[in-house]
Amino acid sequence: MPRLNVNGQVREVDVDPDTPLLWVLREQLALTGTKFGCGIAMCGACTVHIDGVPTRSCGLPISAVEEAQKIVTIEGLSPDGSHPVQKAWLALDVPQCGYCQSGMIMAAASLLEQNPKPTDEIINQEITNICRCGTYNKVRAAIHMAAERGNAG
Amino acid sequence: MNAQPQLSRRRFVVGSAAAIGGLSLGFHLPFSSEALAQGAPAAAPEVNAWVVVKPDETVVIRVARSEMGQGTLTGLAQLVAEELECDWSRVTTEFPGPSENLKRSRVWGNFSTGGSRGIRESEQLVRQGGAAARQMLITAAAQQWQVPAAECRAQKGVITHAASGRSTTFGAVATAAAKVPPPGAITLKDPKDWTIAGKPLPRLDTKDKLTGKQIYGADLNFPGMLNAAVKASPYFGGKIASFDADAIKDKPGVRKVVKLDDATVAVVADTWWHAKTALDALPITWDEGPHKALDSAAIAATLAEGLEAQDAFVGNSAGDAKGTLAKAAKTVTATYAYPFQNHATMEPMNATALFTDGRCEVWAPTQNGEASLAAAAEAAGLPPAQCEVHKLLLGGGFGRRGFQDYVRQAVLVAKQFPGTHVKLLWSREEDMLQGFYHPITQAKLTGSLDEQGNLTALHMRISGQSIMAFVRPEAMAGGMDPVVFQGLTPKSPEGMLGYSIPNILIDHAMRNPPVRPGFWRGVNLNQNAVYVECFMDELAHAAGIEPLAFRRKLMANHPKHLAVLNAAAERIGWDTPPPKGVARGCAQIMGFGSYVAAAAEVSVENGELKILRIVAATDPGHVVNPAQVERQVEGSFSYGLSASLYGECTVAGGRMEQENFDSYDVVHMHQMPKVETIAMPSGGFWGGVGEPTIAVAAPAVLNALFALTGKRIRTLPLKNHSLA
Repeated sequence: MPRLNVNGQVREVDVDPDTPLLWVLREQLALTGTKFGCGIAMCGACTVHIDGVPTRSCGLPISAVEEAQKIVTIEGLSPDGSHPVQKAWLALDVPQCGYCQSGMIMAAASLLEQNPKPTDEIINQEITNICRCGTYNKVRAAIHMAAERGNAG
Repeated sequence: MNAQPQLSRRRFVVGSAAAIGGLSLGFHLPFSSEALAQGAPAAAPEVNAWVVVKPDETVVIRVARSEMGQGTLTGLAQLVAEELECDWSRVTTEFPGPSENLKRSRVWGNFSTGGSRGIRESEQLVRQGGAAARQMLITAAAQQWQVPAAECRAQKGVITHAASGRSTTFGAVATAAAKVPPPGAITLKDPKDWTIAGKPLPRLDTKDKLTGKQIYGADLNFPGMLNAAVKASPYFGGKIASFDADAIKDKPGVRKVVKLDDATVAVVADTWWHAKTALDALPITWDEGPHKALDSAAIAATLAEGLEAQDAFVGNSAGDAKGTLAKAAKTVTATYAYPFQNHATMEPMNATALFTDGRCEVWAPTQNGEASLAAAAEAAGLPPAQCEVHKLLLGGGFGRRGFQDYVRQAVLVAKQFPGTHVKLLWSREEDMLQGFYHPITQAKLTGSLDEQGNLTALHMRISGQSIMAFVRPEAMAGGMDPVVFQGLTPKSPEGMLGYSIPNILIDHAMRNPPVRPGFWRGVNLNQNAVYVECFMDELAHAAGIEPLAFRRKLMANHPKHLAVLNAAAERIGWDTPPPKGVARGCAQIMGFGSYVAAAAEVSVENGELKILRIVAATDPGHVVNPAQVERQVEGSFSYGLSASLYGECTVAGGRMEQENFDSYDVVHMHQMPKVETIAMPSGGFWGGVGEPTIAVAAPAVLNALFALTGKRIRTLPLKNHSLA
C-alpha cells in the first residue's frame, strides 16, 4: 500500500496510485482544509508543501510522491494557528469567504521560507492563487506583516 | 498503520458534540436533527428569537442571512449586540433553520441573501430583536429586585440599579427574562450613539478559516456517506439520448448510476474521486436539442436587431428625446456590448442530503435557506415541515447560490439511498457549464449637444436578456422587466439616474437567447454603468468639455450622486495633471440603494493595461462595519475588473465554450490595483455595499484608458482588444 508522510506522520493509504494527492488528503485522511477548486492546478486552493515546495495537489498522483517526501497541509502548518503567516492573517482579518485561504496561506508561508522579505513585485509573481472575493490586497499586506514580525508577531 | 483513516468513517469530522451544542464558532448546527425531533430548542433558554444567553454569559446571536464572505454575519451580530448592550467579546452566532423559521411564523424574516440586502433589509428587525431582549433582561432583573425597570440600565452584559447599588448579569437573569412578555414599544438607539455597530470590529468567522478547521459544504463527511458526481446536458435545452451504465459498473467504489431527469445523470460511489472518474468514463450520448447551431455571433445578431426594433419597454422617459435628436445639429452615437459571465465561486456547487422514511435533511451552502428548503421538500416529495436545511458558510456565492438546482439534485440522489448521507459535488467543469449566467446585452446610445456643449437629449436603447423573464416571470410588470433598468430610473430609492437630461428615453427591447440568466453580483448595474458612464465620457469629449465638469453640469439636482463623484475625483487628484504616461477616468452610479463613484489611474506598458490606483467613494446611508465596507469595495473592484478585463462566456455549437479557469480567466494578485476606499455615509437611508461598486470599476478604467490612448473600448472584455 502507498505510504505518505503527512504532517509528520507516516500514513498508509489504500487507493489507486493515480489518485491525486488532494483526494487522498481529503477522502482518505480526512484533511479537508486543503480545498478542491478547479482540478487542473490553476486556482491554487489545493496548495500543500512537499519538502517545503508549494505544490498544487489536485493534479499530482500519489504515485509521484515518495514516502521520504514530507507533505505539509494547512492542518500541519502549525499546531495552533501560530505560524507567522496565520498570525498576520488574523491581525489583518484577511479572509472573506475563506475557501481559497488555506491555499493562499500555504503559498505565502512557502514564499517567506524562500524569500524572507519579498517585495510587492515578488509577491505578485509568486502568489498566483485565485481569490474570487478579492482579498489580494489584504493578502499582500499580511505577507509583508508576517515578513516584518516573523515569529515575534 | 491504518488506524487513522477509519476515524472519518466513525464520526462526523467536525466533532458532533460541539456542533449539536451550537457552540463551535466555525460550524453552526443550532437545530440538530435530534433536537428538532424532540422539539427542543438550543440547550440554553432563548430570551427571544434573536438572543440566547448562556449561564456562562456567552451570548448567541441568531443570524438569518447567509454568510458567503461579505461579512453580513458579523454586521448583523453587531446590530443586535448594539441594542442588546451585551459584551461583544462574549458574542457567538448561529444560523436558525429555515424549517424552524416556518414553524415560528417566519420570526426571523427573510433568509434570502442577495441584492446587497443582507443588512439594509433586516436592520430594523434585528435591532428591534436586540432591543427587546435587552428590555426583557432588564425587566427580569428589576422584578427580582422589586424596583422599576426604568431605573435599571444594561451595559456590556451587566444590569445595574444605581439607586440601590445592585447589579447582575445577563446570564443570571436569562431564564427569568425568557418568561417576561416582549415589550410593546421599542425605541432604537440613534446611530450616532453606537458603540459596537459602526465600528471596524474584526469578523467573527475568521479564525477557523486560517487553520483548515472551517467546514464548508464540500468538506462534509458523515459515517457511511456516499459521494455523487453529476453531469447535466451541456447543450442548452439538450437531453440525454442514452448512456451505458454497464460500462462503469465495475469501476472501483461505484454503487449506482442514477438518471436524475431527462438531462442529468449522476454516479454514486464510496469517494467523490471514484464517482468523478467513473462519471468521466461513462459513455453518454447527448441529444443536443433545438439550439445546437446556436453561437455567440447568432446571439449578437439577435441583440443587434433589437437595438433598432420598433417595440421596446420604456424604463425612463421625459420630454421628447426622439424629436430632439432628430432635429439636433450635433449628435453622438455609440453601441456597446456586455457578455455572459459565470459566477465562478471558488467552492463548486454542492449539497449533502439524507433521506429517510418521511424526513429529508440537507446541508448546503445556500444564499437562501428557505428556497433550499422548498427545493428539498419538492424533490423529496415531502411537506417542508418534514424537511430541514442546515446552512453552512459559503465558499463564495455572488448570486449563484440563490439558485437551488444542486440542492434538488442532491435530494434526488439521496432518495436512492434511504438512510445514507449522500454528498453531491460538482466538478469545476460542471460549475462552468451549468451556470445561471450574467445576462448578455447590447446598448445603443444617442445624445445631442447644443452649441454650449449641453446634453439636450439622450436615447439609450438596451437590447438583450431579461433575468426576471426567466427567473420570476410572475414579477414582470406587463411583460416588462423593471430590473433591466437598474441605476437608470427617474425616481427610485434603489437606483435612480444621477443626471438631469431634459429629453430622455431609456428603453429595452427584450431578446432572450436560450441561455439561462441569473443574478450575478452587481446584476444589471454592471453593464448599465459601462453604457452610461463611458458614453458620458464620449459626449464630454465630443462637446470639448472635460469629463468631470461635463458630468457636474448635469448633476446639480443629484447632490448625493455628485458628492461621491467629487470625493473620488478629489482623492485621486483630478485637478492636478497626472504623471507622464498616466491618465485618469471616473464614473458614478447609484444602485442597491447606495451612491458610488470611482476614479482610476492607468498606464499601458508593452501593450498591457496597468491600473495604478483606483479610488472608490460610497454613500450607503449607514455603515455598520467600516472594515467590512472597505473589504467589500476591494472585492467589488476585483470582481468587476475580472469581468471587464477577462470575463466572457462564449457560445458555440449550442453550449458554453469555457469549462475552467484556463479559459475563464480572472484577476490575480498581480493585476489587483491599490484600492482607496472613502466611506461617506450621509444617514437617513440604508443602502447595500456588496455590489454597487462593481459597476463603476469598468467605466472608470475604460474612461482612463481612452484618455490615455484615444481608444474607446465598447465591447467587453478588454482582452479581446489590442492596446499595442
